[in-house]
Amino acid sequence: MAAKMIWVLCYILLAPFLGGLLDGIDRRISARMQGRVGPPLLQPFYDIRKLLSKQTIAVTRSQGFMLLIYLLLMLFTGCMFFAGSDILMCFFVLSTAATFLYFAAAITDSPYSTIGASRELIQMMAYEPAILLTCVGFYLIEKTFNVSEIITSRVSAIIYLPGFFAAFLFILTIKMRKSPFDTSTAHHAHQELVKGVTTEFGAKNLALFQITEWYETVLLLSVVGLFIVNRNPWSYPAAVLVILSVFFLEILIDNTCARVKWELMLKSTWIVTLLTAGVNTLILMLIR
Amino acid sequence: MANVNKSPWLLHYDGSSCNGCDIEVLAALTPVYDAERFGVVNTGDPMQSDILLITGGINTQNVKIVRQLYNQMPRPKVVVAVGVCACTGGVFKDCYNILGGADKAIPVDIYVPGCAARPESIIDGIIQAVALFQKRLEEHGARISARKKGETVPPYDEAWPEPDNEVKMHGGK
Repeated sequence: MAAKMIWVLCYILLAPFLGGLLDGIDRRISARMQGRVGPPLLQPFYDIRKLLSKQTIAVTRSQGFMLLIYLLLMLFTGCMFFAGSDILMCFFVLSTAATFLYFAAAITDSPYSTIGASRELIQMMAYEPAILLTCVGFYLIEKTFNVSEIITSRVSAIIYLPGFFAAFLFILTIKMRKSPFDTSTAHHAHQELVKGVTTEFGAKNLALFQITEWYETVLLLSVVGLFIVNRNPWSYPAAVLVILSVFFLEILIDNTCARVKWELMLKSTWIVTLLTAGVNTLILMLIR
Repeated sequence: MANVNKSPWLLHYDGSSCNGCDIEVLAALTPVYDAERFGVVNTGDPMQSDILLITGGINTQNVKIVRQLYNQMPRPKVVVAVGVCACTGGVFKDCYNILGGADKAIPVDIYVPGCAARPESIIDGIIQAVALFQKRLEEHGARISARKKGETVPPYDEAWPEPDNEVKMHGGK
């Protein structure tokens, strides 16, 4: 019980710093891949500090409220996950949080913002099957949805769930807003719809959004680690290694792919989910 | 260089430029010149940017647009006029439609001459804009805390009148 509280507290307090550092590493490595020097590693924190000290222009006051709910629900999801509870419920709360991001963007009447919000919903449609199938995969091998029991399994989940892992990695590109699937809003300065979902987010609201994105990144990378973690304490450093490799892979994909249209994103995600996670489900149901 | 803890986000707008200066502004973000190592990000969103880079002269059609972009930027903000057309009107100064440089529409803080302005000059202008932005950020912070304590705060020294097509926005200070 105390260990769970410590994990939850660590998540609440440390996840934004970890997420920001990962963001800084992301920008630095992307710059090096492009032959540039890149900003300092702590640049995302300087950005947040600057954003919090500027005048906030908001189209409507409810925007801040929606983004605050987005942050709180994301915190709640992370706390549920690190307290070891039901992973399916975690992802349901995560979807609810994403809905509030949609509200925050759609509540303005800005065309860029609302198109970005519609694309955000399409992204949700694209990644939801893979996420739900991931939970199903964990249930099929562990007979439980609880994270606290999954991490005490004898064998790493990835041995039985390679297809689910592949599907999760595929949709991680969407969740982390990386090319080719950054249709609703993108990191750095890849403009298509001005800034898509975040077009009408003024200074303080953008800072809220960015911090919530950092919480989400830490949560998703922890789910990647959940595939690796088992009873053996050596699996924890192995999970960290896998997480860092996956992060590097995402940066590589981001820098080598161009953004695709939403039709291709939806089709390719569903086809990949079906072929990897779907086939894995069938095999698991046959051999068990 | 003591400006590693600043994060200037740019908005680049082309007034009626021949695009020469715009290409040089974008070149400043490419590997050879790499303005991103100073934390510069070229956002396209006035609501999220601190520094407005104007290229090209102001003509009768874009006066209101430039003013609206300037008004949509949250305070504190800095304006950099890039290229001689944005400074004074440049070679197009005597044209029937060109009113002059960017200071005919909005208050300009930094003028970067050149036709086309070299990326080094543009980055120099951005660095000076960052220093000015930092100063204004501190003044803004002092103003906020003074208002919180209940002291009367003089209004911002907007030397330029609000245009009549200003979009009224809620929130802000």
